Amino acid sequence: MIEALRSAMDVSLERDPSVIVFGEDVGYFGGVFRCTAGLQAKYGEARVFDTPINESAIVGLAVGMAAEGMKPCVEVQFADYVFPAYDQITQEAARLRHRSNQQFTCPLVVRMPTGGGIFGGQTHSQSPEALFTHVAGLKVVIPSTPYDAKGLLVAAIEDPDPVIFLEPKRIYNGPFYGDHAGTSVNWSSHPAGEVPEEHYTVPLGKAAVTRSGSDVTVLTYGTMVYVAEAAVKAAGLDAEIIDLRTLLPLDLETIRASVEKTGRCVVVHEATRTSGFGAELIAEVQEACFWHLKAPVLRVAGWDAPYPHAQEWDYFPSAERIARALSKVMED
Amino acid sequence: MSKVTLSYPHPPARPDQAPDFSRIDRSAPGALDVPPLDITAQDCWPYAVGLIRVLDDDGQAAGPWADYLGDLTADRLKQGLRDMLRMRAVDQRMQNAQRQGKTSFYLQCTGEEAIGCGFQRQLGEGDMNFPTYRQQSLLIAADYPLESLLGQLYSNDLDPLQGRQLPIMHSARDYGFFSISGNLGTQYVQAVGWAMACALRGNDKIAAGWIGDGATASNDFHSALLSASVYQPPVVLNVVNNQWAISTYTGVAAGRSQTYAARALGYGIPAIRVDGNDYLAVLAVSKWAIERARGGHGPVIIEWFTYRAAAHSTSDDPSAYRAKDEAAAWPFGDPVERLKAHMILRGDWTEDRHEQTWAELLAEVAEVQKRVEAHGTFVNPKPVSPAAIFTGVYADMPEHLRRQRQEMGY
Ligand SMILES: Cc1ncc(C[n+]2csc(CCOP(=O)(O)OP(=O)(O)O)c2C)c(N)n1
Ligand SMILES: [Mg+2]
Repeated sequence: MIEALRSAMDVSLERDPSVIVFGEDVGYFGGVFRCTAGLQAKYGEARVFDTPINESAIVGLAVGMAAEGMKPCVEVQFADYVFPAYDQITQEAARLRHRSNQQFTCPLVVRMPTGGGIFGGQTHSQSPEALFTHVAGLKVVIPSTPYDAKGLLVAAIEDPDPVIFLEPKRIYNGPFYGDHAGTSVNWSSHPAGEVPEEHYTVPLGKAAVTRSGSDVTVLTYGTMVYVAEAAVKAAGLDAEIIDLRTLLPLDLETIRASVEKTGRCVVVHEATRTSGFGAELIAEVQEACFWHLKAPVLRVAGWDAPYPHAQEWDYFPSAERIARALSKVMED
Repeated sequence: MSKVTLSYPHPPARPDQAPDFSRIDRSAPGALDVPPLDITAQDCWPYAVGLIRVLDDDGQAAGPWADYLGDLTADRLKQGLRDMLRMRAVDQRMQNAQRQGKTSFYLQCTGEEAIGCGFQRQLGEGDMNFPTYRQQSLLIAADYPLESLLGQLYSNDLDPLQGRQLPIMHSARDYGFFSISGNLGTQYVQAVGWAMACALRGNDKIAAGWIGDGATASNDFHSALLSASVYQPPVVLNVVNNQWAISTYTGVAAGRSQTYAARALGYGIPAIRVDGNDYLAVLAVSKWAIERARGGHGPVIIEWFTYRAAAHSTSDDPSAYRAKDEAAAWPFGDPVERLKAHMILRGDWTEDRHEQTWAELLAEVAEVQKRVEAHGTFVNPKPVSPAAIFTGVYADMPEHLRRQRQEMGY
């Protein structure tokens, strides 16, 4: 996925001289996850550069540049460190178009590694997507495959509005099925690990059905797409798994079609449960599909506690927990 | 053609180049006197752009700051040397333990040992540090039990934090060590708040904030300086300038400011810049700054000029972004070697005793390590109870957390 993201920035820098990439350690070194490796050497320092450790400056600069007409794609080193920029993102970038009646717009992308599963403790593991989906004017994207990562990032860079681009760091190098003790799998052995070199986009606002089935609908995104896959296998159910890919705006049509077909739904995310994005999904599902539902919609989410270090695998939503929820919705 | 171009700071050398510190001014020890405790920011310029040094290249202590420190006993110096060596032994052994997969993460402070070791020895009971992740030396010099220190690093049942925090993110209230946050900068302003509370309570305690050169870029650094300037609390604000912030050269945080200390003057806070690899300079300036804060003269900033000799952390490989052997080329040497040379010169120490002490300390750390590892490591896990996820989120566990804990099965 790292190469895919790099390729997305590469083709964007190549095609559009107004695209500009910056963030902490992204220039000379190419990012602590190497997502921008080689880009400064290829495009020069004026287009790919290192910034001071100040996230509100990173996004604030991007807002100014975007308003002027450039297309910044900036990196926040970990989603856990985006909070100094929260003001710039939610109060400024998100509203600039609306409050200036389109005199000024804000076509920028804020990339950030998100989620847990790497023994990173509470400041390298959080999933703050709901803190952005609650904000009018933002788009929120989270890919789960290298193919989508590139296509969605190119689309995000080309989008006329601010996009929060969350990168599930646990699957940077390969899919993760929830078994942390098992052998790690590389993207090269996965069909969606294949990434074309040329420019392409994956449209924002469109979910993907990663497994079709008729028993129950699983709504999920990011790393949990694979953990859900493992859970479905373990539960021996014919579940339909929907990878939302874009959380805002939400592809309600794909969700509705699936839940109307299956009549059952489980929502899965890593983020903490209370006021998590799952709450929004369930509200939408019951509003759109109430008369088709055969059982209450269940959530499997991170516990409502700070992300722990040593107890990570008791905290991270496991395939077993998801399988239990799947069995439960099938009982009713 | 526009006359305007942007500027991008560059380090003196990258991996394919020879280390180059020729731009660093090495004024001689003794060049700067000891200012009065109530010095104002306006009068601080020479101290903020100069460099306080005590030990010269031969290990001789000289100048007004050496006099200010007075006659140090051989025991006092040995204590300093042992603190630094013990720190180094812990760092070496834990770096290896991480490499062996026994813990998830580690981070060394190699080359910066003098700063925390010296500063801590000048603090008093009840003073509070707000450290970064690279100030484990404060804990060593506070005589924090190695069992607790290593327990935290192994996240086993000896970990005072019950495995909740990433290794190195210690917390030790009784040892004057505030809980470390991974979010850079946030705690600098909290130190100012703690110091204000000390002043309000009239308890004669002080606070010490710590921040890296890179993190001085954070909003909270500026919040801290402004608040300290406004309210004049008893706080010592330390900036550890080790030249690097992961792969980013310190110039990216400094911009065109001459030094980090000089930046503080703009806020009206006295500031002083010190050779952080000189244990005696650390002792002297710490004593001065702490006395100043406790004496009611307001905040002060110390820029500790040093070099991050090790990688940023076990996740980092500096050969990708900085010159090889840059640490060896650092014009202010290694803090352990410099104090050792001074002690040998005084006749208080020998090479043999040094080797023997180093071996002793390595053995001591190895022995504790063995005991602590018996309580569990990542390759031999004896996990602390997952119930610790839910305890301590609130003083009283709300119903929804109780339900979730039950669902988890604990
Ligand atoms: C708010 C925030 N942004 C980014 C990071 C990621 N990060 C961790 S350490 C570091 C470099 C810090 O450098 P410096 O302040 O110079 O301290 P040093 O590591 O050199 O001791 C960065 C960017 C973070 N922890 N917090
Ligand atoms: Mg630094």
